[in-house]
Amino acid sequence: MIPAQFDYLAPTSVADAVAALAEHGDDAKVLAGGQSLLPILRMRLNAPGVVIDLGRIPELQGVSEDGDHLVIGAMTTYAAVLASEAVTTHAALLSKAIATVADPQIRHRGTIGGALVHADPAGDVGAPALALGAELVIAGADGSTRTVAAEDFFEDLFATAVGEGELLTQIRIPKHTGWGAHYEKFVRVSHQWSIVGVAATVRSEGGSIAEARVGLTNMGSTPLRARSVEEALVGQPATDEAVRAAVASVTDGTNPPSDLNGDADYRKHLATVLTRRAVLAAAGA
Amino acid sequence: MTRINMTVDGVSYSDEVEPRTLLVQYLRESLGKTGTVIGCDTSNCGACTVHLDGTSVKSCNVLAVQADGHEVTTIEGLAQNGELHPVQQAFHECHALQCGYCTPGMIMQACDVLKNNPDPSEQEIREGLEGNLCRCTGYHNIVKAVQQAAGTMSSASSASSASAASPASSQAVSS
Ligand code: FES
Ligand code: FES
Repeated sequence: MIPAQFDYLAPTSVADAVAALAEHGDDAKVLAGGQSLLPILRMRLNAPGVVIDLGRIPELQGVSEDGDHLVIGAMTTYAAVLASEAVTTHAALLSKAIATVADPQIRHRGTIGGALVHADPAGDVGAPALALGAELVIAGADGSTRTVAAEDFFEDLFATAVGEGELLTQIRIPKHTGWGAHYEKFVRVSHQWSIVGVAATVRSEGGSIAEARVGLTNMGSTPLRARSVEEALVGQPATDEAVRAAVASVTDGTNPPSDLNGDADYRKHLATVLTRRAVLAAAGA
Repeated sequence: MTRINMTVDGVSYSDEVEPRTLLVQYLRESLGKTGTVIGCDTSNCGACTVHLDGTSVKSCNVLAVQADGHEVTTIEGLAQNGELHPVQQAFHECHALQCGYCTPGMIMQACDVLKNNPDPSEQEIREGLEGNLCRCTGYHNIVKAVQQAAGTMSSASSASSASAASPASSQAVSS
């Protein structure tokens, strides 16, 4: 099937894109990489009157460094994030998670900002963004911008802090240089959405864990951060026994879905196992 | 209608299209490039894989208007002067197909894999082709064909040392 008719706009600046959004309001959909939106339009699950393509706005693309932060343009493709040495060096967790997204063709087109705003709870970008304490820069009317912490960004299933007439423009990630990282994703077939995913990044000091950050994929209607696990890991040696005990509380406060891929209890079991594996791998054990 | 300009398999085209036209639809229905096929509605199968500015994409998951000003290579543009591309030749020799429906996409994606990694392991080939589904072969001969093509292409490129070694690390990224 092909999409229903729509008008197509391809602004070349953020200001023009925001103006187009203001003009068309609810009738408009923003097209980033299109790897989730186009299937939705093709299956006619949505039929916007106007599609605003961000693909011709150079200022939304690329990775740069700003002091102790990495700055990633919202329209930077997964492939470009993976190719960025700055990301591998300073936010290894993000690279590891993105390497598991879909398949190579989709990683060539799909964008980090598109994924964050789409906010599919089974998507692999939210958990590392949360774990790394990312900040999301959002542009609004009249050149205004605001910055939202990842913790406040994800509101619900497919719902974020990006309001009507607004556009996610940048992802700012505090550098985690030297931190070990691992993304443990559980799927039954290749290029599937995560049944459960765990993003863990760890700073080790003299053989034990000095700091840890843990994010969970598909354990609720939004990505979640497992703070109790992060705290319990501090000072622990990176051994199977110690980590097993420290991650026991990982399912506290989670509310995973039940579906064909597994019921909620099964997902909770998975989260416990995957968190242990992810933390051990991140700690280099 | 929106006017688009695109180079496809080395030929420039300029056409008016509806914005909703998928790239694969434009290639097949406007340009007659039916070598590129459609296997699904969900962007899973990879049968429609083409190269956009030298990088593999699923052409059912790109609008023709998004490819305006860009360069597309389809399976029909791979053979040069009547000579099959080494990947095509290897698929033929290794019997890497049965019904052949997945083959155009498999070959285009295999080319992308080899561009980024001229000497891939079996595991790397399987992962590189994970966005391409085959209902017939069980994949074994496809993997063999890619391995054979890697061998042919690397001996060909070391033979013609005139062509500078291409750094495999950086991949081109489409806008
Ligand atoms: S037709 Fe494009 S992925 Fe199936
Ligand atoms: S040969 Fe039939 S689908 Fe692959």
